[in-house]
Amino acid sequence: MTSIDSVRPAAVSARGWGWRHAGRPRPAVSGLDLDISPGERVLLLGPSGAGKSTLLHALAGVLGDNSAAGTAAATSAAVPAEAEDDDESGTLLIDGAPPRARRGRAGLMQQDPETQVVLSRLGDDVAFGAENLSVPPADIWRRVAEALDDVGLGGLPLQHPTSALSGGQKQRLALAGILAMRPGLLLLDEPTANLDPAGVLEVRDAVGRSLDKTGATLVVVEHRVAVWKDLVDRIVVLQPGSGTDSAVLLDGPPDQVLEQARDMLIAAGVWVPGHVPATRPRNAGAGAEGDDAAGELLLAAEGLAVSRERPRRAGLLRGFHKVPPAPVQSGIAAQVRAGQALTITGPNGSGKSTFALTLAGLLAPVAGAVSATTGLSEGAGIDPYKWKAQQLIARIGTVFQEPEHQFVTGRVLDELMFGPRQLGRGEERVDELLERLRLRDLVDANPYTLSGGEKRRLSVATVLAAHPRVLILDEPTFGQDANTWAELASFLSELLDAGTAVVSVTHDAEFSQVLGGAELKLGAPQPDGVAAT
Amino acid sequence: MRDALTLRGNHALLTRANPLAKFSGVVLITIALALSIDWVSASVALAFELLLFPLAGLTLALLWQRGWPLILAAAVGGWSTAILAPDHGRILLDVGIWSISDGSLQLGLGFLLRGLAIALPAVLLMSCTDPTDLADALAQQAKLPHRFVLGTLAAMRLVGLMAEEWQTIGMARRARGVGSHGNPWQRMKATLGQSFGLMVQAVRRASRLAVTMEARGFGGAQRTWARAASFSRLDAWVVLGGLLISGAAVVAALAAGTWNMVFLGQQ
Repeated sequence: MTSIDSVRPAAVSARGWGWRHAGRPRPAVSGLDLDISPGERVLLLGPSGAGKSTLLHALAGVLGDNSAAGTAAATSAAVPAEAEDDDESGTLLIDGAPPRARRGRAGLMQQDPETQVVLSRLGDDVAFGAENLSVPPADIWRRVAEALDDVGLGGLPLQHPTSALSGGQKQRLALAGILAMRPGLLLLDEPTANLDPAGVLEVRDAVGRSLDKTGATLVVVEHRVAVWKDLVDRIVVLQPGSGTDSAVLLDGPPDQVLEQARDMLIAAGVWVPGHVPATRPRNAGAGAEGDDAAGELLLAAEGLAVSRERPRRAGLLRGFHKVPPAPVQSGIAAQVRAGQALTITGPNGSGKSTFALTLAGLLAPVAGAVSATTGLSEGAGIDPYKWKAQQLIARIGTVFQEPEHQFVTGRVLDELMFGPRQLGRGEERVDELLERLRLRDLVDANPYTLSGGEKRRLSVATVLAAHPRVLILDEPTFGQDANTWAELASFLSELLDAGTAVVSVTHDAEFSQVLGGAELKLGAPQPDGVAAT
Repeated sequence: MRDALTLRGNHALLTRANPLAKFSGVVLITIALALSIDWVSASVALAFELLLFPLAGLTLALLWQRGWPLILAAAVGGWSTAILAPDHGRILLDVGIWSISDGSLQLGLGFLLRGLAIALPAVLLMSCTDPTDLADALAQQAKLPHRFVLGTLAAMRLVGLMAEEWQTIGMARRARGVGSHGNPWQRMKATLGQSFGLMVQAVRRASRLAVTMEARGFGGAQRTWARAASFSRLDAWVVLGGLLISGAAVVAALAAGTWNMVFLGQQ
């Protein structure tokens, strides 16, 4: 207890600070003047491209200087040697010194839970930062226990494998690792963007508790204002660097800023509390709830048991016969009908995505069957898993959670043409999709360089270019800003009215409300449990 | 797959031994077996190794699961030696240019047993050594640079993650119409594309992990170790055990008159 009292909140000061990444024509941040006093809690907002992450990385002392970063991983990922150097202007100071000279004063949490974990055992991972700061070993274990308690993971053994944690738990573990360093400044870069609603609250509350205890300074970047509004005492809105204007657009107490800048923030895609973005309503009558017989049956699951693992071959002694994997969920029944939405919900680990992938003909069922009606299969056979890839995309389209997983070319236009070309079809739909999903200006861009929202729109468009009658989406709204969210929901409601069946795995209640239709609730991961519809 | 490199649930005695001590034991056995191709020294070592299984928490089923490529390689090596080595003694089987004689069969058997006896200690070592403990010992006791050792350890955790990612990317690409069907050329192209996708993800993850590590103060010249790697009495027994097994193998082969030094050529 005595040691945690020794946390000294850090002060941040920026004077005309700017940063241009190597090889980029325009600076990510320019002319930033900002003072944050010790113990202040700041929510950083602004449109994408305003340099929020760049500022956080700079404060964490991890910006630029890639070649000297020194870790094995950093060297392999470093920018090409011929790229010109990063360019810094003005000053950015923590407690009056450059962040790099203040190792350990700031702790940074990023978005992707998988890369916030360094080591494979819980206790070791929390100890990692403290070890690097040369804390005496005896103190380290005391700090580890305390930090794990503070983030609500104190109940787990120190040997617990980090790979067995959920996304929310991983982020809390990362927070514990940061707290064990006793930093005076906590930097959170969209810490909850990849989490389900329960995970979001877990992480937010853990951050709140630890701040109350240590009094450390906080700077958090996040689209969802409602989550953080009550925890912070100041909101700073940044705008993209133009060189002439100030980088800070607005600065003040949360309520005041939200009132002054409400329209501007909504226009920038920020999730402003109390505002649900306007979406296109479903046509009356079509796909109304409970109206099951309305749409043509396309796809049905019966007694389905699902797993991501493939059957294993038993050993020599048992004749190498196939051993089916243990299912994560079983006894699932569902129907997919033309022009109707089906939403799949359930807690983490209940096999929602696995079920969706099985329904999509991408995973083989462990037991039970997925069967396509003749209306959907058009002669390709009853089992979607046995269809050839070309047969599949013309019938069932699947949009993965991570758009990058589905990119197969190096140019947006080729990406859209890919499906139709595989099918030897015309490309008239591509033009329509380019227009409808606002991708026209990006046709020559490399898909990997797009923003998060653009990637999401592209991944939906590429799958639809093959004209499937069933569209399956895995967490399509995760981490999306309000603008992309509204566009996506409106577009899908249009598709539904035009007769496409839309199946989505989602935690987003507002999103499923826009789409309407039936809900399939999967229970906790019980291999023998029966799912309710 | 993700946990392929961890010791979940294994609490056997040898998991508590120091990785460097276990490694020395393995090296001692390997040296003795590398010196001679004969079935006596190999089978003596093999018998002792099988006795060590419970101490390392290894079972035959687990051995097959983790070590089948090595076992298969040993079997193939033994078989081909038996049919291709110059014959001497009674001919047992003769099919054209392939023949098996007393002499060549003995040599082949020696090869097979020796291959197994050399492969097994490595599997034993892997199955009772946690990568984190190995890294601790390498950095603190063998004095390898800690930035290199810990960087590698963190990267190894990503390997399991990449195996999952490979499956996901495969499905994601099938959903784009890229099938793994068709002629070998098409299949190779599909695999290449999938590998590229995996590489992109691996680089992204690696650079994010590097930022995480750097933000936690990694990369300085000095650091402390929360887990002190040390030697215990158990480690002395482990090294002694390695010495005894290798000694027993050599003595038994010399006594049986089968000792067959590799570097001295065939007799």
